[in-house]
Amino acid sequence: MEMTNINNIPVEKFKFADRGDYKHDSKFDTKPVSYFQGAFRRFAKNKGAVVGGIVVAILVLFAMIAPFFTAFQPSYYDMSYAHVTPKSKLFSNLGVDFWDGCKEKNANLVALTKDLALAQETGREVIKDNYFTVDEGGSTYSYRYDTYYGVGFGKYKIITNEEYLAIQDYQNRTGRQVLYPTVKYADRPTQEKNKYDANIYYVTEDPKAAIIRPKLNSEGEVTPNYWKYKADEKKSKLIPDYNSLRIEGQDGFIGDDGQRYFYAYGRNVDGGVEVRAEYYEYYIYYHTEVKKDGITEPLFVFGTTATGKDIFACLAYGARFSFIFAIVVAVANFTVGIIWGSIAGYFGGKTDLFMERITDILGAIPTMIVITLLKYHMGASSQTLVLFISFFLTGWIGMASLTRMQFYRFKNQEYVLAARTLGARDRRIMFKHIFPNGLGTIVTSSALTIPSMIYSETSLSYLGIINLEAGNTTSVGTLIAAGQKSIMANAGYVAFFPCAFLCLLMLSFNLFGNGLRDAFNPSLRGAED
Amino acid sequence: MYMFKYVLKRLGLMLFTFFIILTMCFTLIKLLPIPVNILPGQDPDIIYETLKARGWIENVKEGSNGVYTYDRVPILKQYGIYLSKIITEGDFGIVTTYGEYLNMDIWEVFVNHLPPTILLNIYSTLIGVPIGLGLGIIAALKKNKWQDQLINIFVILLISVPSIVLALMLQYVFCFKLAWFPLLMSTSNNYFTWEVFHSMIPAVFALCLGSIAGYARFTRAELSEVLTGEYMLLARTKGLTKSQAIYRHAMRNSMVVIFPSILSEFIGVLSGSLIIESMFGINGVGGLYLNTITFQDYDFFMLLSGFYTLVGLTAGIVIDISYGFIDPRIRMGAK
Repeated sequence: MEMTNINNIPVEKFKFADRGDYKHDSKFDTKPVSYFQGAFRRFAKNKGAVVGGIVVAILVLFAMIAPFFTAFQPSYYDMSYAHVTPKSKLFSNLGVDFWDGCKEKNANLVALTKDLALAQETGREVIKDNYFTVDEGGSTYSYRYDTYYGVGFGKYKIITNEEYLAIQDYQNRTGRQVLYPTVKYADRPTQEKNKYDANIYYVTEDPKAAIIRPKLNSEGEVTPNYWKYKADEKKSKLIPDYNSLRIEGQDGFIGDDGQRYFYAYGRNVDGGVEVRAEYYEYYIYYHTEVKKDGITEPLFVFGTTATGKDIFACLAYGARFSFIFAIVVAVANFTVGIIWGSIAGYFGGKTDLFMERITDILGAIPTMIVITLLKYHMGASSQTLVLFISFFLTGWIGMASLTRMQFYRFKNQEYVLAARTLGARDRRIMFKHIFPNGLGTIVTSSALTIPSMIYSETSLSYLGIINLEAGNTTSVGTLIAAGQKSIMANAGYVAFFPCAFLCLLMLSFNLFGNGLRDAFNPSLRGAED
Repeated sequence: MYMFKYVLKRLGLMLFTFFIILTMCFTLIKLLPIPVNILPGQDPDIIYETLKARGWIENVKEGSNGVYTYDRVPILKQYGIYLSKIITEGDFGIVTTYGEYLNMDIWEVFVNHLPPTILLNIYSTLIGVPIGLGLGIIAALKKNKWQDQLINIFVILLISVPSIVLALMLQYVFCFKLAWFPLLMSTSNNYFTWEVFHSMIPAVFALCLGSIAGYARFTRAELSEVLTGEYMLLARTKGLTKSQAIYRHAMRNSMVVIFPSILSEFIGVLSGSLIIESMFGINGVGGLYLNTITFQDYDFFMLLSGFYTLVGLTAGIVIDISYGFIDPRIRMGAK
C-alpha cells in the first residue's frame, strides 16, 4: 500500500479506537541476566580460563580422591625399594619401553651376568625381554633393567623362627616361592661387601676378589652353589627344618652320584634364621600377611624416592594438605579481612588512619620472621598451626585493604546517600548496600591467593623450615627437595612429578584467575595487574 | 622543600615501624629459654660469664651439684643494653650457639656473607633489566603482531612456572646433564674471578628469569599506554620520525613508572633469594638465616631479622619517593 495521498484519507478508513488497542509497555522477551550469570557468561567465553578451570578442577579432584586410591601412606618407606622407577600396569603389560618400572642400564659383563643369573634363578625379567645390545668395543652392554625385580634377594635376611614357619605355611597355601636355597657360609665370597649379598648364589671364580665374577660352565651359564645335604644322612645342625616348596621338586633332586639331595633353605643364627628371600615375593608376603596394610604388591606408579617413599602417595597427600590448608587460610583471611576493611573503609577518617597504621606495621614483618618466632615458641610438633598462624597473620591485610578500597569507591554514591536518608543504620548500609557490590572483586582476589599460598607453603617446606612429615602427611616442597638430591643419582622422575604438579597448578590457576577477574570486572578486561 | 618534608616524613614513619617490629622480635625472642651450648671440654664458667657480659643473665651461682643457677635480666633492660651496645660500640653480639662461627663477632660473620648475596643480585639485575625492558619494548612496538604473541607466551610461561621448578630445571639441564656449570657455587673468596662468576651463572639466571618476565610485562603495559597518548600524535605531526618520537617522548614517560619498580625490585630481591641461595649452595645471607633458625642463635636472628625487615621497608618507600624525584608532576602524599 502506497502512502501517496495522505491528505485525502477516506472517512471509512477511520475506526473508533478500543481500550484494548492501547499499547502498554510490553514485558522483555529476554530473560533478565543477573550479575553472576553475566559473569559466568563472560567467563565461559574465555577459552584459556575455562581450560585453566578444568585443569584446576582435575588437580583438586586428584588431591581429594587419590589418597583413597593408594594403600601407601606418606609415612611408608622401604629402603630396599629406593629409587624404583615409575611403573604402570597399563604400560608394562603393553610391552612399551615407557613407564614400565625399568631403566636404561649400561653395564659391563660382570654386572650383566649377575642380572642374567638373577633372572635365571627367579624366572623374572630382570632384563626386559632378555634383550641387550653390546657396544662396538664389546665391553658395555645396555639393556632395560627392571628396578623392581633387579632388587632380587638384596642382603641375607635374618628372620625369627616363627616367621620362618609362617613363610613356609604361606608358601604351601599360595604356591608362591619366597625362600630360595641358601649358600653355605664357607662357600660365600669373603669380602665384607660381598659376603652378605644374597644375589650371589653361584660358584665364583675367585671368592676373595673385590669384584665377584661368576664361573661359567661350557654353555655360558652359572652353576648354583646351593648348600645341599644327602636325604638319607643327618643334616647339619645349622640347617632348620623345611617342609615347603622346593625348587626342582618336593622330594629333593638326584645328584651326579645318584643319591638324593635336599637344599638347605635357611641357616640357624643368633636370633632366628638367615634366609635368602626373594624381596619381591617377600614384600607381598610381608604386606598381605604380616602388616595387612592393604598393599598387595610393590607397584609404585610414580616411583620412589631415595628413602623408598612412594611418590604418588606423598604427592597425593601433600597436594590434599596444600589445598585444604590454602582454602582454610583463604577463608579465614577473607572473613577477617572484610570485617576489618569494611570498618576502616566505611568510617574513614581517624579510625581508618589508626587501623592503617596497625596493618602497615603487621604487613612490614617478613613472613619468614613470623614463622621462625612461632617455631621457636611452639616447637616442632605443631607445624601446621605455625604455618596457619603465620600465613593468617599477614595474609588478611591484603583482603582488608581491598575491601577498604571497595568501600571508598561506593560509600559516597547516591544510592548509599538515599539509603541513609531513609534511615538505614550503618550496619545495613555496609553489608546490604555497599558490600554486595564489591563482593565479586573480593571473592576473586581471595581465590587468587590460593596458588600463591600453596607456593609459599611449598617453598617453606622445600627450605626445610616447615616439616610436615611428623603428622603422616608431607608437602610438595619436601618432595621437590628430595627430588633435587635424587638428580645426582640420575633419578629425575623424583623431581619431575611434584614439579609438574606445581607448574600445572600455577599455570592453570593463573589462567583461571585472570578469566575470573575479567568476568567479574569487565572494566578491567585485559588490564595488566 | 615539599619533597624534602615528604621524604623526611616517610623515613620517620619507616623508622618507627622498624623500631616496633624490632622491639616485638626482641621481646618474643627473649621470652624463650636461653640456649646454653656447652661443648665437651669447655669451661661452663666462661660460657656463663659471656652470657653475663652480654647482659642476658645475672647472679650466676654454681650449686653444689654442679648445676648453675642464674636470674634473667628483665627484658626491657636487656633491650636497653642491646641497643646501647649497637649504638655506642657497633656491637651486635657474638655467636653463642651457631657451631661453625662460635664466639665470633656476629657483624663480621654477617658482612662476610653479604658479598655473594649482593653480587648475585647485581648480576641478576644487570642481566635481567636490559633483557626484560628490551622484550617489553619490542612487544609494545609490535603490539598484536607475532613478535608480541611470542613474547607474551614466553612471559606467561616464566611467570607461571614457579621459581623453584625453574631453578631446578636450570640446574638439571645445564649443571647436571650438560655439565656446563658446576652444580654448586664455588666457595672461593675471590669474588671477581672467572671461576666464581662461571659457577654463579645458573643461579643468576634462575633469579633473573622471573624478573625478566615481570619487567617485560610491565614495560609492555606502560609503553603501549603511553604510545596511544595524544602528545605522541602531536610529536609525529610536528615532524619527528617514529623512532625520534618513541625515544624522546614515549620512552621517557614510560620510564617514570618503570624505573622505581626496578629500584624496588633490586632492593627487594636481596631478601627474596633464599630458595636460589639454598639450591645453588650460595654461601650468602640466606643460608646464614636458615642455619640461625636451626641453631636458635638469638642475637644472630635479631640482626638478620632487622636486615630483612629493613630491606623490605626500604623497598616499599623507594617506589614512592623516587616517583616524586623522577616526575615532578607527581606529588606523593599531597591532599
